[in-house]
Amino acid sequence: MTITVNKQRIDTMATDVFTLKHSIYGNNDNVITIVDGFQTNENLTLLDIGEIIFIDKTKMPSENEMEYMLSARHTPQVYDKVKKARVAIAGLGGLGSNVALALARTGVGTLHLIDFDVVEPSNLNRQQYFISHLGKNKTDAMKNIISQVNPYVNVVTDNVKITQDNVSTVFEQDKIICEAFDNKESKAMLVTELLSDNTDKVLISASGMAGYESSNTIVTRKITDNFYLCGDGVTGAKIGRGLMAPRVQICAGHEANAILRIILGETEL
Amino acid sequence: MAKINGEIEQYANGMTISEYVSYKGFNKSYIAVEINGKIMSKSDFNNYTITAQDKIEIVNFVGGG
Repeated sequence: MTITVNKQRIDTMATDVFTLKHSIYGNNDNVITIVDGFQTNENLTLLDIGEIIFIDKTKMPSENEMEYMLSARHTPQVYDKVKKARVAIAGLGGLGSNVALALARTGVGTLHLIDFDVVEPSNLNRQQYFISHLGKNKTDAMKNIISQVNPYVNVVTDNVKITQDNVSTVFEQDKIICEAFDNKESKAMLVTELLSDNTDKVLISASGMAGYESSNTIVTRKITDNFYLCGDGVTGAKIGRGLMAPRVQICAGHEANAILRIILGETEL
Repeated sequence: MAKINGEIEQYANGMTISEYVSYKGFNKSYIAVEINGKIMSKSDFNNYTITAQDKIEIVNFVGGG
């Protein structure tokens, strides 16, 4: 029969996964099997399978292999769609750096990253930077991290502070925008400036994620067809209540998943 | 009766958005106003008068990110 293995159509006499694997790799315990996005040790019948990816864990992938191996665990057909997508991320702090990394790992084709700030030590309690990035522009640092995680993402950066006056020019080419600011005034400004005139853009925003309150109060709400709001809506950062990695990541996860769903055509919650 | 943030607000009819926002103690700089499915621009806050048919959500942003 003919089956797709590591992106090639091949003919095989094998009728099950183990026989197929053995015919290619012999007795090699370092080879994992991914069937239609799912890693499995089961000896499945080849007839039931769409495509297989075998990865030898001891071998560095070649350039040809790298891209499909990075995306092998995605739900099937997701990668083709996200690769065509472009997302802007306004702010690269606790929310933005986490959203950017999640979307980079998911294989979003183009990420437009905007921030004006540099990495400083107190950022490291929740933001995705390393000590080696201290003092660097967040845009450059994020671009650097993404290149080491998924080199197939096209990263466009703008080292600017977003204000009422530059919102339309900064986001001119963007249809999906993630609001990831720290400051509540900036959040309100971006939502209002971007959406009061535009119905062709979608904004995913966040409010309320501080401290170590319950994880279960962080939700995603759909306010209008083009405005989604993640967070608990009430727990702001203030004197005596900081921003902590777990809860910030939960909120960033909400934003990133909302964005992924929108890219994949799921507009409801 | 106008429905604002999920609640029926009887006294809101006839107020402008600006007046309602002040009445409820919101700060204009920290909010976004959704009215009948659309986000309202700040410049319309003074002009728009709330009617009984309106469904409004005022998102009061808190800091942190």
